[in-house]
Amino acid sequence: MLRNVSFEIPQGDFVAIVGPSGSGKTTLLGLLAGLDTPTRGKVILDSHDLTTMSENDRARLRGEKVGFVFQSFQLIPTLTARENIQVPLELQGSDGAAARADELLERVGLGERGHHFPMQLSGGEQQRVAIARAFANAPRILFADEPTGNLDATTGTRIFDLLESLNREAGSTIVLVTHDAVLAQRAARTIRLADGEIVGDTAAAA
Amino acid sequence: MTSPGRLVLPGRRASLRQLASLTWRESRSARRRLLLYMTSISLGVAALVAIDSFADNVTRSIREQSRALLGGDVAFGSRRPYTPQQKAVLDSLARKSGASYARVVTFPSMALVPRSGGTRLVQVRGVSDNYPFYGVITTEPANRWRALQSGPNALVDPSLLVSLNARLGDTLTLGLGRFVIAAVLKQVPGTPGIAEIIGPRVFIPERYVPETQLLVFGSTADYGILARLPDGANPDRAVRPFRKELERMQIRARTVTQSEDNITEDIQQLSEFIGIVGLVALLLGGVGVASGVRAFVSRKIDTVAILRCLGASSGQVLAMYVAQAAAMGLLGALAGAALGVAVQFGLPAVFGDFLPVDVRVTLEPAAIITGIVVGGWIALIFSLRPLLALRNVSPLQTLRRDADSEILRLRWNDFPRVAVNVALGLSVVAIALLRSSDGRQGLWISASTFAVIAVLTASAIMLSYVARRSLRAGWPYVVRQGVANLYRPANQTRSVILSLGFGAFLITTLYLVQSNLLRQFDVNIQKSNANLVFFDIQEDQAAAVDSLVKSRGQVLQSAPVVTMRIAAVNGRTVEQIVTDAQARREEDSIARTSATRRDSVALVQRRRENQSAQGGRGAARDQRPTRPSWALRREYRSTFRDSVTAGEKIVAGKWFAAASASTPRDTGEVSLDNDIAAELRVKLGDIVTWDVQGVQIPARVTSLREVTWARFEPNFFAVFSPATLREAPRQHVLLASVQGTSAVAALQRDIVSRFPNVSSLDLSLIRETVAKIVEKVTTAIRFMALFSLAMGVPVLFSAVAATRRDRIREGVLLKTLGATRGQIMRILLAEYALLGLLGSLTGMVLAIGGGWGLTRFVFDTGYSPALGPAFAIALLMLALTITIGLLAGRDVFRETPMSALRET
Repeated sequence: MLRNVSFEIPQGDFVAIVGPSGSGKTTLLGLLAGLDTPTRGKVILDSHDLTTMSENDRARLRGEKVGFVFQSFQLIPTLTARENIQVPLELQGSDGAAARADELLERVGLGERGHHFPMQLSGGEQQRVAIARAFANAPRILFADEPTGNLDATTGTRIFDLLESLNREAGSTIVLVTHDAVLAQRAARTIRLADGEIVGDTAAAA
Repeated sequence: MTSPGRLVLPGRRASLRQLASLTWRESRSARRRLLLYMTSISLGVAALVAIDSFADNVTRSIREQSRALLGGDVAFGSRRPYTPQQKAVLDSLARKSGASYARVVTFPSMALVPRSGGTRLVQVRGVSDNYPFYGVITTEPANRWRALQSGPNALVDPSLLVSLNARLGDTLTLGLGRFVIAAVLKQVPGTPGIAEIIGPRVFIPERYVPETQLLVFGSTADYGILARLPDGANPDRAVRPFRKELERMQIRARTVTQSEDNITEDIQQLSEFIGIVGLVALLLGGVGVASGVRAFVSRKIDTVAILRCLGASSGQVLAMYVAQAAAMGLLGALAGAALGVAVQFGLPAVFGDFLPVDVRVTLEPAAIITGIVVGGWIALIFSLRPLLALRNVSPLQTLRRDADSEILRLRWNDFPRVAVNVALGLSVVAIALLRSSDGRQGLWISASTFAVIAVLTASAIMLSYVARRSLRAGWPYVVRQGVANLYRPANQTRSVILSLGFGAFLITTLYLVQSNLLRQFDVNIQKSNANLVFFDIQEDQAAAVDSLVKSRGQVLQSAPVVTMRIAAVNGRTVEQIVTDAQARREEDSIARTSATRRDSVALVQRRRENQSAQGGRGAARDQRPTRPSWALRREYRSTFRDSVTAGEKIVAGKWFAAASASTPRDTGEVSLDNDIAAELRVKLGDIVTWDVQGVQIPARVTSLREVTWARFEPNFFAVFSPATLREAPRQHVLLASVQGTSAVAALQRDIVSRFPNVSSLDLSLIRETVAKIVEKVTTAIRFMALFSLAMGVPVLFSAVAATRRDRIREGVLLKTLGATRGQIMRILLAEYALLGLLGSLTGMVLAIGGGWGLTRFVFDTGYSPALGPAFAIALLMLALTITIGLLAGRDVFRETPMSALRET
C-alpha cells in the first residue's frame, strides 16, 4: 500500500495528510497510531518504536498518549456521552474520571447532555463527544480521520474550531487525514499522498 | 502543559473495580439479548434440577420411612410354611438379638361377595396381631386396624368394593372362610398406589387363615416374618451370623438398610436414565449459547475496536465480555433452577402412584447447586469459543467502513481455541460420567453425542459444498441468492444444521422409542384372544374345571404347573456356583444394570416375581448377591408339553423329539428361556438337576426359546418333555376365551363356588391396568418430548440470530437496489428451507439409528420405527426453521434503505 514514505513530525505540530481515495491515507494513519504494523520500516511515536512493541504495549501507549477522532464518530453505542468520555481514563486506572468527563462535556458545550446515548445525539454532538473523549487523557498526539466528513459544512467548521482550540490548550500534536482542501489549509504543514507515495510535503504560507 | 517524556510502560492500569463498572455499563443494551441466548441452557438446567431434586426427595423419604416400608427391622420370607428346623434358627436369632416377631402370610385367592355375586382375584394378607411393628395403617372409617383382630374381619382396598359391588358390613368369602368387611384401607406403607389395581389387598387376622383352607401343599404363598429389634440394635449385625444358615434353608432375610438400598438404587437408576434427557438438553442448550454468543460477538466488533483504540488490551476486552457472558449464563442457570424447582413440586402428582412412599417435597440444595454450577459452566465454556474471536478484532477496524465478520475466524490451530475445544469435550465427558454411576454408560452417552455432532457437522459441510457445486446460472435469481447464502463467507449453515439436527434427533429418538415400546405392548395384547385365566387348579379338579369352562366358552390352553428349584448345574451344587460367582461380581454388575432396566418396561407381574424371588435383588451394596444367584435360587413354576406355543420361538437346539417325549430316561429334557439361560450361564447340552419337591430330576438342556413375556398367557422359564415330569405333583393353569362380560363374571362365580381354591383372573382387567400404566408412562414421555421440542426453539433462534445482522444489512442493500419484499422473502425462504430440510432429515435418520440402538440394547425389544410420525416431526422442525428465519428477516422491512447507507 505504502512505499518509501518517510517523514518526521515535531511535537506540537499540526500536519494534514491529503490525497485522493485509495492513496493510502488511512493506511498511513493506522500505522502512525500503532493500530497496525508495517511489513517493512519503522514507526517511532514519542521515542517508542511501535514496530518492536507488542500489541498490548501499543494499546497501553495509545491509552496514555494518543487521542482519536473518527469520521464516523465511533462512540460506544451502549455507553452514555459521559461514560464514553470516561473510557480512556478508566482503562488507565486514573481517578476522578467522572469529574474530568464533566469538565470536558462543559468545554465542548454539552454540559446538559452527558446522560444521553450516542443515538440520541445529532452528528455534530456525537463528534463533540468524540473530541472530548480524544482529549480526556491529555494526549501528546491526536489523530483525526476525516473528522468533518460526515457533517454539514457549518457544523464541520464549528467542530474543527473546537478541535483547534482544545489542541491549543493541551499542546498536542495533530495529524489530520482529509481530502477537504479548505480544512487542510488550516494545517501548518501538508503531506500529499498518491498511490502510496509522498508526492508533496509543504509548509503552509503563513 | 504536558512535557515530553518517556512512557512508563508498567504504569497504572485500570483497577478491577473500574473494569467491572465499565463492563457493567457496556453490557447495558446487550444484557437482555445475551440473557435470551442464555435461556437456551435454562431448560436443561431445569430438567436436571427437577429430576435430581425429585430423586433426592424420594430417596430421603425412603430413608425416613424405611422402617415403616418394611414393617420391621428385618423381614424374613419363605415360599413354604416354616419347618421346625427353620423355626429353631429363627428362635435362636431372636434369643441372641432380643428380636420379637410378627407374621404375615400373603397368598392369592378369589374373593366373592355372596350378596352381589361379585368375584375378584385378591392378595390376601393374614397378619398376626402385632403386625406391623412400624408405620401406621389407616382406614376409613378411622381406627379400624386395631379392631381387625377382634373376629373374622377383613380390611380391603377401596377399589375392591367397587369391583365386587360390595359395601362395608358385607360378607366376603375367601376359599371356605367367611369374613366381614369392616373398613377400607386408606394408607398402607410400603406399596405403591398402582399395586392396588393389580391385586387389591385384603387383610385378615392370621388365626382365621386356616378357615379358608386355601393353604395346602404346593399352594402359592409367601410366609413373611417381621422382626423388631431392641432400640439401637443394628439389624445387619443381628442377622449376619445367621445369614449363611438362613440362605441354606431358603429363608430370605432383608434388613431395613438393605431394603432401603434396593429401593433407592432403583430410583437412582431410573432418575439417571431420565436424567440423560436433561443432560442432552443441557448440551443442546450449550450449542444454542455458542451460536447466540457468536451473534453477540459480531455486534461487538465495532465497540471492541474502539476500546482497543482507546488503549484497552485484548486481555481486558476478553475479560469484559467473558464476565458479561458468565454473569448472564449464571442468570440463565438460576432461572433454569427456579423452573426446575417448580417442576419438582409437580412431579409427585405424576409419579406418586408408582412410588412406595409418600414423597415429602423439600428443596434439595445439593441438586440445585449442582444444576446451577453445571449449567453455568456449560454456558461459560460454550460462550468462550466464540468470545475468543474478539481477541482478533484490530483497532484498525475503527478506520474501516465495514465491520467484517470474517475477521472473527480463528485459525484451527489457534492455541486458546484448541484449549477451549479440549476443555469443552472433557467437560461433556466429565458431566456424563458424573451423572451416571455406570462409567460405561457415561462414555456411551458422550460418544453418541460426539458422533451425532460429527455427522451433523459433516452434513453441513457437505451441504455447503453441494450448494457451491450445483448452483446453476439458469436458476431464478432468488433461488440462486438463497443457495449462495449457504456457502458464502460467514454463513450460518453449520450452526443451524447442528442445532436443528440435534433437536430433531432428540425429539424423534424419544418419540420413536416411546411409540415402539407402547406398540410392543399393544401388539402383544391384541394378539391373544384369551380373556380368562384359571390357576391353582389341583390335579383332581382339572377334569371338572375343564368341562365347566368348556360348557361356557373355549379352552385355549391347559398347562400343568410343577414347582421346583435348581439343585445343581452340571453336577455342581448351587452353593458352589454362588460362591464362585461372587468372585466375578464386577462382571455381573453390568449385566445386572441392563436386566434391571429391562424390568422397568417388562410386565409388572414378572417384576414382582423377581422381587419376591429367593435372595431378592439384594443385600447391601457391599455384599450384593449376583444375578446368577437370584436365577439359581428362585422357585421355578415349570410345565411340560410336547409342542411349542405361538408365543415362543426356538432360537437354539431342537424341540423334544416325539420318541424322547414319551419314553422316560435317566436324564430328562428341558427347554429354557433364552434370557434365564444366559443369567444361569447354562449352555445347550448342559445338565441341570432340578429339585422337584424333594425329588432330584436331572434334565439336559436341549433347546433355548425366546418367549414373548408381554403376551397375556402362561409362560414358563423351563418347559420339560412330558416324560421327564410324568410323576411330579402338579397343579394346572387354564387359559380360556369366554364371550360377554356377564358370562365371564358368572363363570368366575361358579368356579369359585365349586372350587374355592381355584383363582381366576379376568384378563381384560389386566389389560385395563396395563393400559392405565402405559397411559401414565405415555404422559410422562409426551411431557419429555414436548419439553425437548420447547428447548429446540431458543436454540434455533440463537442459531439464526448469529447471522441476523449480516442478513439485515444485505436485505436492506438489496432493497436499496430495488428488490421487492416478496423477492427478499423468497431468498430467505430458499435458504431456510434448504437448511431446515437437511437439518431435520439428518436428525431424523440419526434418530432412527438411535432409536434402534436404544430399543435393541437398552430395552431389549423388537424395533419397527414409526416412520410416519418421524417424518411429521421433521416437517414440523422444517416449518419451525422457516418461521424463525422469516421472523428474523422481518427487520429488513423495518429499516429504510437510507438507514443502511448511513450506518456504513
